[in-house]
Amino acid sequence: MKVTIDGQEIEVEPGTTILQAARMIGGDLVPPAMCYYSKLKGSGGKCRCCLVEVSKGSDADPRPMPKLMASCVTGCMDGMEVNSTASPRVEEARKSVTEFLLINHPLDCPVCDQAGECDLQNLSFQHGKSETRFIEEKRTFEPEDIGDKIQLHMNRCILCQRCVQVADQLTDGRVHGVMNRGDHAQISTCISTAIDNEFSGNMIDVCPVGALTDKTFRFKSRVWFNKPYNAHRNCDKCCGKTTVWMFGDEIQRVTARKDEYHEVEDFICNTCRFDKKDVKDWVIEGPRKFEKFSVINRNKYAIHPPKVEIQTEDQILLGREQDMKKISMVDVPLKTNGNSKS
Amino acid sequence: MGRKILLDKINIPGIKTYEVYRANGGYASVEKALKTLTPDEVTEEVKTSGLRGRGGAGFPMGLKWSFIDKKSGKPRHLVCNADESEPGTFKDRFLMEYIPHLLIEGMITSSYALGANLSYIYIRGEYMWVYKILEKAIKEAYAAGWLGKNILGTDFSLDLHVHCGAGAYICGEETALIESLEGKRGNPRIKPPFPAVSGLWANPTVVNNVESISAVPWIVMNSGEEYAKIGIGRSTGTKLISASGHIKNPGVYEIELGLSVEEFMNSDEYLGGMMNERPLKALVPGGSSVPILPANLIYKTAAGEDRLMTYESLSDGGFATGSMLGSGGFIVYNDTACIVRNTWNFSRFYHHESCGQCTPCREGTGWLEKVLHRIEHGHGRMEDIDLLWDIQSKIEGNTICPLGDAASWPVAAAIRHFREEFEYHIRFPERIKNRDHFVNEPFEKVRNLV
Repeated sequence: MKVTIDGQEIEVEPGTTILQAARMIGGDLVPPAMCYYSKLKGSGGKCRCCLVEVSKGSDADPRPMPKLMASCVTGCMDGMEVNSTASPRVEEARKSVTEFLLINHPLDCPVCDQAGECDLQNLSFQHGKSETRFIEEKRTFEPEDIGDKIQLHMNRCILCQRCVQVADQLTDGRVHGVMNRGDHAQISTCISTAIDNEFSGNMIDVCPVGALTDKTFRFKSRVWFNKPYNAHRNCDKCCGKTTVWMFGDEIQRVTARKDEYHEVEDFICNTCRFDKKDVKDWVIEGPRKFEKFSVINRNKYAIHPPKVEIQTEDQILLGREQDMKKISMVDVPLKTNGNSKS
Repeated sequence: MGRKILLDKINIPGIKTYEVYRANGGYASVEKALKTLTPDEVTEEVKTSGLRGRGGAGFPMGLKWSFIDKKSGKPRHLVCNADESEPGTFKDRFLMEYIPHLLIEGMITSSYALGANLSYIYIRGEYMWVYKILEKAIKEAYAAGWLGKNILGTDFSLDLHVHCGAGAYICGEETALIESLEGKRGNPRIKPPFPAVSGLWANPTVVNNVESISAVPWIVMNSGEEYAKIGIGRSTGTKLISASGHIKNPGVYEIELGLSVEEFMNSDEYLGGMMNERPLKALVPGGSSVPILPANLIYKTAAGEDRLMTYESLSDGGFATGSMLGSGGFIVYNDTACIVRNTWNFSRFYHHESCGQCTPCREGTGWLEKVLHRIEHGHGRMEDIDLLWDIQSKIEGNTICPLGDAASWPVAAAIRHFREEFEYHIRFPERIKNRDHFVNEPFEKVRNLV
């Protein structure tokens, strides 16, 4: 089947969604996705960030679709033509969804552990405005403790429901879900149960915002001060392939390996994630690469400071002498007040 | 006097009970369909009748039935949508409460046409007493052999269950209703696949309104052609209208489609004119989600033609000067009504009932409600009117289900037709502090201030 997205043609298998086709092409035309997660069944369609305009339905039925379609759940048809970034309507819709997502978001990025690897931050940089029209009080939730490993910040949540799907599809006996309705819908456990099972930590990785963060990493460091390395260990529960986030010689955080769309390559177990924080536990493979514009690339080891070349030893010595003089101020006459006799 | 199809037997004493209903020709359509017609013939009759879905969208019912996937070999289901929660609509409750066997008869005949052996009536949680009435009626129908195995000695079997929802407006959306019926959280599904292909427990399912299903027995008895003779153009048959507001005789009326709005409003047979002879200000013709009409567009369309009670005539002029027939919740406002307060009230409803699944509706309905609350309580700013317009335009069409559209249309229409009233609220906050601020000083009197 042939699909054209923003003028670029691609051959896809039947059953491919528009978003998957766009990701095959890659580049700027890939719609942002806050709720879709290719590794989770039934995800997508909720956040409405990935809306695209279908200007031609298919070769068989060339009529355009009247509404903007969620690209993550709309299947490709043969001869379909899609406008993603090329359409002002789509641009407008993405701006409005970004605005809607941010009106009740606390915007506490300066104290949020997710900052730097947050999908909502990226979305707002691309499609957001610098000012808000929302002057009402934001809706807030009572804090809830869901165990000693995972921190839940319900105020930051955008209700993508990925974490519910993780619990449904990776673990037995889901204890959390969506409670209530509308803008008071919240991710919660019934009567404050701790979420405690072998793969629950993956909720942190799939969360696009800072609603679910790692308690063992809480407030330890900004992500761009860490040095991420690919590492592995023999684990009998999971694949054992992870990214370890180092600060000096200390492993501050362990996460699964994420690709350029911030989706994990393989889910990892809680033992690897929370308990193995010693360098001896891991075989370090090498630095983890991130996409070009990621703020994580700003950390120290990727960018080498320019070398300062100094010509001769004499000049160094001269400079030192000058410095010493300046600091000790031997040439400067001592200022005295009237009472002094010297 | 218009013809009555649904309510012709409503005044017979004891029609609620099986014996009286049967003695007055009840369940004859089941006999006729099962003994003399094939399922496809019943579907064909419904198609020729031109009956359109009475739940609000007005989709042709025969067409919907013909989409059901009969080839897959999976069991099929018919689900009756009795989750009537649209503000201003109470026709289904009336039908189920006073003549429950009509719905059950319709369910049997329709299930036969669709080949469904397990059917459901999904009733809203607030209608607990109606639920009990239906339960009792179903028990009677089982006892009399109209439900169960091998009905009337044929090889058609049908089990009918009533399921009580927990009181959510969103469960009136067909896919959310199916989710709720499956025991899950009532969130609308993403379409496609449509319920006709993969609905209840991934089986082909048809979801129809109570009133649509109740019209089927008459169509089977009197043929679809006869039904199509009533009404005008593509709006055939009769429609129940639940009338409320500032009128003399509020209640449920059965009208032939094609009746003029003026006659419906003013004749003694129907609404009997305005309460206390006050002037008419506005009309919501089809439940809270449809656009409100100002007085000058109620009796005549923008083109100067008479406005009729049909799907086409009420939506004449698009949303700029028209509205929709919707579910038939006919709400009339006189000049003491405050449109801003009314819009805020509707918005509050949608804010409360949004399921919270998709972003524009979840965040947008709350925002609309907060801004309207501010304007209504005297803290509005002039730019808020444009803000409201902008928010509603960004919700509309970008959501998974039509609730987003339903939340944005009333706001859009109120601003379109009654913008001055919003401006009045913003400019004179001290005048609107009193809850009944337009009762002694209707807006027409103070319009010059804006």
